Amino acid sequence: MEQFFAALTLSAGYNTALVCAGAALLGAASGAIGVFVLLRKRTLISDAVSHATLPGVALAFIIAQVYFGSGRSLPVLLSGAALSAGLGVLAVDWIKAHTRLTEDAAIGTVLSTFFAVGMVLLTIIQSMSIAGQAGLEGFLLGATSGMLRSEALTIAVAAALIGLALVLRMKEFSLLCFDDGFAAACGYNVRWLDRTLLLLLLGIVVIGLKTVGLVLIIALAIIPPVAARFWTDRVPVLVAIAAGIGASGSYIGAALSASAPNMPTGGLIVLVLFSFFVVSLLISPVRGILAAALKHYRFQRIVHLRQGLLAIAHDEPVLEPLTRSILRRSGFMGGDGQPTRKGQSQARLIERDQKLWNLYREMYPEESHALADWSLKPIGKVLPADTVCLLEQELSPHVVRGGETGNGGAG
Amino acid sequence: MDIFLQFDLPSILLGSLAALACGLLGNFLVLRKQALMGDAISHVVLPGIVIGFLFTHETSSLAMMLGAGGAAIFAVLLIEVIRRIGNVEPGAAMGVVFTTMFAAGVVILEQTGTAGVHLDVEHALYGNLESAIWLDAYSFSDLWNWQVLMTLPDSVRQLFVVNMLIIVFIIMFFKELKITSFDPLLSASLGFSPKWLGLSLIIMVAIAAVAAFTAVGSILVIAMFICPAATARMLTDNLKTQLFISGIASLSAGLFGYLLAAFGPGLLGHEFSVSAAGMIAVVAGLQQVLAMLFAPQYGVVMRRRRQRAHASV
Repeated sequence: MEQFFAALTLSAGYNTALVCAGAALLGAASGAIGVFVLLRKRTLISDAVSHATLPGVALAFIIAQVYFGSGRSLPVLLSGAALSAGLGVLAVDWIKAHTRLTEDAAIGTVLSTFFAVGMVLLTIIQSMSIAGQAGLEGFLLGATSGMLRSEALTIAVAAALIGLALVLRMKEFSLLCFDDGFAAACGYNVRWLDRTLLLLLLGIVVIGLKTVGLVLIIALAIIPPVAARFWTDRVPVLVAIAAGIGASGSYIGAALSASAPNMPTGGLIVLVLFSFFVVSLLISPVRGILAAALKHYRFQRIVHLRQGLLAIAHDEPVLEPLTRSILRRSGFMGGDGQPTRKGQSQARLIERDQKLWNLYREMYPEESHALADWSLKPIGKVLPADTVCLLEQELSPHVVRGGETGNGGAG
Repeated sequence: MDIFLQFDLPSILLGSLAALACGLLGNFLVLRKQALMGDAISHVVLPGIVIGFLFTHETSSLAMMLGAGGAAIFAVLLIEVIRRIGNVEPGAAMGVVFTTMFAAGVVILEQTGTAGVHLDVEHALYGNLESAIWLDAYSFSDLWNWQVLMTLPDSVRQLFVVNMLIIVFIIMFFKELKITSFDPLLSASLGFSPKWLGLSLIIMVAIAAVAAFTAVGSILVIAMFICPAATARMLTDNLKTQLFISGIASLSAGLFGYLLAAFGPGLLGHEFSVSAAGMIAVVAGLQQVLAMLFAPQYGVVMRRRRQRAHASV
């Protein structure tokens, strides 16, 4: 526990601090870019991107080994990863555009075939008996303990660049996500916007490979935006929240993994992020489960109250226990099950309101069907005053309307 | 010949049967645009397998299978819950669930110290195709000898049973599967519940994935759920034909992939050992590329050629 807090406050040694800071930056950048991928409804393309890095890593290793004598240089491996991931993205696009297969089949094909090629290359490397190949396994699940200052700096620079690109192009990306047809009509090149978005995603996946591994890096681009989506409907806020969730989740996960032996960083980061998601799902005031339950409870209360009062107005007994308890709590019904004086008068009001609503439905069937609040709220709060006035006149035919009868007589 | 029967044949059988189980069900996943369900399921079985292993401390035990199946069904339900309650897009819900469960599997694996000793993630990804051996076989006549056949590795016999189960499932519910895959609304109005059939399809997928996963690793499972079905989809419009083609494509990928992995490097004069599961997936991918390019009606090259012929007329 002490070690965990020490890691959280960046005082558990230079290396741990480096890992935590690097992971936080990575989480922030991937959360931000993930927002647009989520809004574009292409979340799982990150799965294809991350799996498609493997053959590039393996091939770069072999080539560097054969020609330069050492294959462990990180920039070489990462550029190999970026190249093959780019090829993978293009392959997904090509399959989607030129064959009858859908995007999910294209993603599945690319991720499995590319990954299988990578696997075959890895087994070849294993049988080549070269020293230093152990580092390659780290790309599958990530290994942060050996993060160097230069790697952390690379992540920082890349995260900053990606953040900058997002801020500068936020308008275009939002347009692309919400209405790509309109974007095309406005003169934007939708295909290139899409490619730019995927290029940024690819950058994140590649720099995150070494830290969290190719299987789990996609979680960093999926979970924070999905969690952030519960809190807001505005794109800039969404990006900020997703980046915040990504950063804090990665930071806490990295600190946790530094505090105990045998704690895989990538796995812990994902679990912490998932706990953020669960919390958002539960308590978000906009779209959370708790908010929905509250809304449902309020709705139920309104309906039961209204039905109960209508029953009182028609001198019918109220038998439903929930209705009785709601009526009693509002003071409309006494302990003996008889309506109180207050209940009687409220029942008359509701009865008249219901009559007006019924009349409205008879006179304007289409409009009343389109109305979500039909007979839920007092009619005066939903419909404009002149409509209510008209309905009231219609309801009381003994009030003679001079103008109309005169016209009728003339006709 | 003994060596072929004892070492190569069981591996080929294992690879092909695993491919066939996934390849047949893959047709319906591809048609329903749920192709990535196979991907998700083959990731989420990891925690189930690890927990099953922790209970029994044996690899390839019944507990591991049960754990994996339980994890798969749990994941499917969780995806559904997140999608419904949280109003999250299906792909994103899937991504959240499968990465989290995979991460949980990795953490449990490392924490309990089973990693490296008995189980490791690489093994789960690559599978263990080459380890299948059939020491009781000496000649081809043994292939017709019931007693010797019963000495085939457990995993082969398991997969055989699973394949039978899948084929029976598809034949029994062919009409229903067809209607719900192509027109869920029509099927609902005719009285077949697309929801229940969809769930039983996913359960069959989980069974196939789990049986194949322990034998050949997750990557081959993912490839086989998609590639043979996509290959067949490029070649035909008839669902029955598509099922046959995907079955043939799965079996041929299993056979040629293994042969390429076992003898390919030797033919090239190298002493490499190549992952057979990976090679089978690569062959399946290549078959699909060929189909996408040269399929008579829907292939890209053939369509271009027809367009050019039209243009010149």
